[in-house]
Amino acid sequence: MESTAIALENDQDIVVARGEVRTLAAAIGFRSLDQTRLATVASELARNIVKYASRGQMIAQPTRSPHGREGLRLIFEDDGPGIANVEAAMTDGFSTSKGMGKGLPGSRRLVDEFTIDSAPGRGTRITVVRWL
Amino acid sequence: MSGAQRIPILKVGRVLVVPIQTDMDDQTVVHLQERILSELERTRARGVLIDISLLEMVDSFIGRMLSDIASMARIMDARTVVVGIQPAVAITLVELGLELSGVSTVLNVDEGIKLLRDEFDIEEREDDELFWGELNLLGEHGHRA
Ligand SMILES: Nc1ncnc2c1ncn2[C@@H]1O[C@H](COP(=O)(O)OP(=O)(O)OP(=O)(O)O)[C@@H](O)[C@H]1O
Ligand SMILES: [Mg+2]
Repeated sequence: MESTAIALENDQDIVVARGEVRTLAAAIGFRSLDQTRLATVASELARNIVKYASRGQMIAQPTRSPHGREGLRLIFEDDGPGIANVEAAMTDGFSTSKGMGKGLPGSRRLVDEFTIDSAPGRGTRITVVRWL
Repeated sequence: MSGAQRIPILKVGRVLVVPIQTDMDDQTVVHLQERILSELERTRARGVLIDISLLEMVDSFIGRMLSDIASMARIMDARTVVVGIQPAVAITLVELGLELSGVSTVLNVDEGIKLLRDEFDIEEREDDELFWGELNLLGEHGHRA
């Protein structure tokens, strides 16, 4: 399967992103709980981009491990302001917008792999993988 | 775009029933919350029953709306019950780290109405049977559709 890119700029794009992720996850063979986990991660990370970086994109890639295990990789990237203190941002309850501070740490709990690369002025790139 | 217009708010006795049948964008969520609160004020309903059985995902934004509605309704002396949360959605919410604080959750609409009546003491009316059967569809500004 090919990878899909979705531009993220507004509320509606967040809905499209999570719907697309659910569809892809179902096609790969993820059961309903994992579809819901992945759709929720997409919703949280896509919203962070729209909210903090104004725009960016999600790339969804069906993937296969060296051992032949199937999975879904999602990449969320933007050229926004970046995150000054990534460790703090990954902590439950940390928010610069009076949010609940659950988006980043909660998303990490919903996937098998979570990588964040961000620095002030360089934007943010988050890659997650969930294996079947 | 204001998709909240598509989500009906029904008045059943002294309870507002909100069947959410479609994935909502954030603006729709905010709009729906405002409409529920203004209908509560206008109708003096004592309970809010939000049916999310068709929702395949509840993220932090929707979770927060549910908690906010419950706490604001409480101030207006109304109780909030969330009905039909799917198991996958409930598990994901816990993993995400969200508790729907102040929100009672039940499996189906009958249980929700029973909870509002019995536990929360929302009294029945004499013409009850008839009344529960008669749904008043509240439109965008509370006019009957
Ligand atoms: N793409 C991004 N660009 C810049 N800053 C970001 C980005 N994503 C997250 N952040 C920063 O990290 C913080 C934590 O994000 P997280 O999603 O965990 O919580 P939140 O968005 O503040 O609240 P919630 O998601 O619970 O409503 C944010 O408040 C914001 O400062
Ligand atoms: Mg967030």
